[in-house]
Formats: sequence, structure tokens, C-alpha cells
Amino acid sequence: MAEVPMRPAAFRPRIRYEGWVSIAGLAIAWQVTSLFFPHFLFPTLADIARHFIAIFTTWDAIDDALETSARILAGLVGAFVFGSTLGFLMGRSEAFARYAYPLLNFNQGIPALSWVVISIIWFKGIEFRIFFIMVMTTLPAFSFQVLDSYRSMSKDLLEMTLSFRPSRYDLIRMLVVPTVLPGVLTAWKVNLGNAARVVVVAELVGATGGIGYALLQQQQIFDMAGAIAWTLVLVIFVLVVQRAISMIEAWLLRYRPAAERTV
Amino acid sequence: MSLPESEIVFEGVSKTFERPDGIAVEAVRALSFTVERGELVAVLGKTGCGKSTMFNLLAGLIQPSAGRVRVRGRDPYRDFDWFRGKLGIVFQSDRLMPWRTAIDNVALGLEVNKIARAERLAIAAQWLERLGLANRAGDYPHALSGGMRQRVSIARAFAIKPDILLADEPFSALDEVTGNALRAEFLDLVRDTGATGIFITHSIDEALQLGRRVLVFRRPARIVYAATAGKDLTAAARATVRDDILRALDIETE
Repeated sequence: MAEVPMRPAAFRPRIRYEGWVSIAGLAIAWQVTSLFFPHFLFPTLADIARHFIAIFTTWDAIDDALETSARILAGLVGAFVFGSTLGFLMGRSEAFARYAYPLLNFNQGIPALSWVVISIIWFKGIEFRIFFIMVMTTLPAFSFQVLDSYRSMSKDLLEMTLSFRPSRYDLIRMLVVPTVLPGVLTAWKVNLGNAARVVVVAELVGATGGIGYALLQQQQIFDMAGAIAWTLVLVIFVLVVQRAISMIEAWLLRYRPAAERTV
Repeated sequence: MSLPESEIVFEGVSKTFERPDGIAVEAVRALSFTVERGELVAVLGKTGCGKSTMFNLLAGLIQPSAGRVRVRGRDPYRDFDWFRGKLGIVFQSDRLMPWRTAIDNVALGLEVNKIARAERLAIAAQWLERLGLANRAGDYPHALSGGMRQRVSIARAFAIKPDILLADEPFSALDEVTGNALRAEFLDLVRDTGATGIFITHSIDEALQLGRRVLVFRRPARIVYAATAGKDLTAAARATVRDDILRALDIETE
């Protein structure tokens, strides 16, 4: 019996040199531009680097960066828990989905800034305000991904599993979780970028610490190098977490075959 | 004193589905038959005659619109959990979980039955060895050929030592050589385990080879012909049964 020729591994994330070339190109273009514009508009790379290093050598600045990172992760975990539960319940009950789906769609139309204003009016605690904003803005993606994955669950696999008469817990563990897992991981990746943007807005308006607050300070003293350095910190955080998710994804979805040719 | 009930009982079973456009489709009509303990019955019929609906009724995956289905005196749909560890099903397609290795797929039913991990893996490994896949235990389904995958699904059904075995055209998607090899293996396994079984097929030769009895279905699923089969049948008797089956299926004979 012929075996299917396989590539050694699927979903193995690699850092390719093309990405570094693009970033180097952007840096060079910035540096060249800085030669022709005032430094308060386009600071030199050296100036940005100085600010960047200062962030990682000052405890207060590190604390701000960690604070924002923790808020992003807490918000995403909260959105994941509530959103996945909602998606799962909608998948289980068509009647529930008919009520919940329009609400999620309605929520999609509410801008992040509106949630910022609402949370400032509603809640007193800063951390809860930010958590609430994060959950409300990133929850729908988790719900929709889980619902979509749940609905696309293979009827054949469901019948096969049911034929062994599993308990509800076993059915969820053996079939539902592995089925929705790729969708959940995708939602995490998509939401991470959104969460990073939203948290900065939330901190900018309603916090006394974190990267958003630091950015507000840079704006007030008109320090472009500082603003870019703080932005880079956020970008690096997102890239590191993206990489971690990709590695988890590569391990969890290692069963997936990869075709020799791509579409 | 009442006589002991047959292992599998279909009593005036009908099943009607409603299509999305509201039209009712009758898949099974007043179907009645019994299967005795240790008997392997082959069910034969053209595509779309309701064999698989009968199969799903038997597996307890759907419930009848009328009549009653009993397996070991129980309703497979209502007494769902009672059948844990008692039913082994081989489907038309392998239905392997792509995220499980071959050995973990074989061990699925054992895991449902709460067999300890070490023990279930040992049992699964024995089944893989028996079916010639010992060296592929750690492979994911995508790395196995169609025949190998179907062997894994057969091992999965047999690993739980089922009392009742159901097979729905398990070799129809395979090439002739692989299908013949697996058919012989399957028959050996059924004999060894002594399970009661229903084997659905659209191949007359397969039905005559595997079944001790052959039931021929026509749409909506109802029995239009029944005959004794098996290896004890003489060549002449086999030819007669074959012609009768062809007539029952409304296929022209030469």
C-alpha cells in the first residue's frame, strides 16, 4: 500500500530573513528621512534607540511595559473565557444563538472609544475599566471563531464518537475541544493585535500607568523619539506573544499535513 | 415462560425524514427482522435504499418514527449509555480523528470505557500488530494509506471486544486487492470474537462470503429477499441465491 509522501512537519514557524530585510529597509528609509526633516518630527535611529534602551533600564518604565502586557493578557484571557463559553453555548443551542448572535453583531459596531467612555462613566477602578474594555472589544472574535468551528464539526466524527457512548465530558474533551482548537488559536492571534491597539487607547484616556499613559506623556512633551520607542516596546510584546502562540499552535496542530505544493 | 428475545430485533420499524423544503421522505418502511446471538447477517441493497438509515437506527444514532428497535432487549436510542462498550461499529469511511495517532485512534473506545492508559495502549498495540500496523502506531492518519486507515478503524471497533458488531460497507472505498485482504481479516476477527453482527454491503459476493444470512433491501428500506449464505453453500446453491438476489434487486440476469 502506497504511503502518502509527507513534508517533515506542518505549521513550523520560522523567522525568515525576508522579514529582517524589510525591517532594515524601513529603518534605513526612516534614517534617510530624518536627515531632511526636523528631529521632533523624524528623530534619528540613534535617538530612538537611546529612548528604547532607557525604557529597559528604568524600573518605572519596565513597570509600565509589564503593566500593559498584563492588561492585554488579562483582557484576552477574560474575552477568551466569556467569548468561548458564549460561542459554545450558541453552538449547542440554536435558540440561544438566535438571541445571542444579533447582540454580538451589535457589539461589533460599537467603537472601542465608546467602550472607553462607557467604562469610565460606569466603573471606578482603573484595572476593571481596562479589563471591561478589553473583554467587550475582543470577545466577539472568540465567540464567532468557536461557533464557526463548532458548527463545522464533522458529523461523521461526531457519529463515530457517539457510537462508543462517551459521557458529555469525554465528548467535549475528545471531539469538541480538538475541533474548535484551530479556530481558538486563530482568534488569539487576531485578537492580540486588536487588544494591543485597544489597551493603548484605554490607558491613554483612563489610566495612570502603562504604555498608553507613557505615550500620552511623550505627546505632552512633544517627544517623537520617546513615542516611537514606547510603540516599539508594544510591537515587540505583540511579536513575542505571537511567536509563542505560533509555537503552541505548531505543537498542538502537529497532526496537520502540509502539501508539497501550495495553492 | 417467554422465549429469550433475539439479540437484534427490528419490529415494524419505519423512519421518515423531513427535507428542508418540508417534503417527507420515507427511508425505512415497516421493517422487521431478527438476528440471533453470534450470527453475522449481511444486508444488501442498492445505493440509497435505506441501509445506512437502518444502520443508524441500530446504532442508536437516530430513533424510529414508528415500530421498535431492540438490541439485547434494550432500545439503542433511549438506553444510550447502556451500550457503552457493547457496540463496535466500522463505518464506510475510516472516520479516524486526525489529531490522534493510529494507536490513540484504536484506543478511543477503550478510553471511553475508562480503561487505564497503559492497559488501553497495550490492547491497542496488540490490535495494530494483529492487523499488520505495529510499525505505524505513532503515525497520524494523514500519513497512512486508505487501506491502513480502514484497518485502524477495524481495530478501533474490535479493541473494545464488542458484543454487537455493525459494519457499513467498510471496504467499498478500497481497491480490490486491499478490500479482499481486509474482508478475510474481518471475517477471521468476527469468528474469533463470536460477536453478533450486521454487515451492510452493496456487493453480492461480499454478502455471500461474509453473511450467514443475506437480507436484500429495496427502497424504502424493507426486506424483499432473505436467504441462507456462508461458506457451506454449494457452488450451485450459491449461483441460485446470487440470481435470486439479482432479481430481488431488479437487476437483469443473463
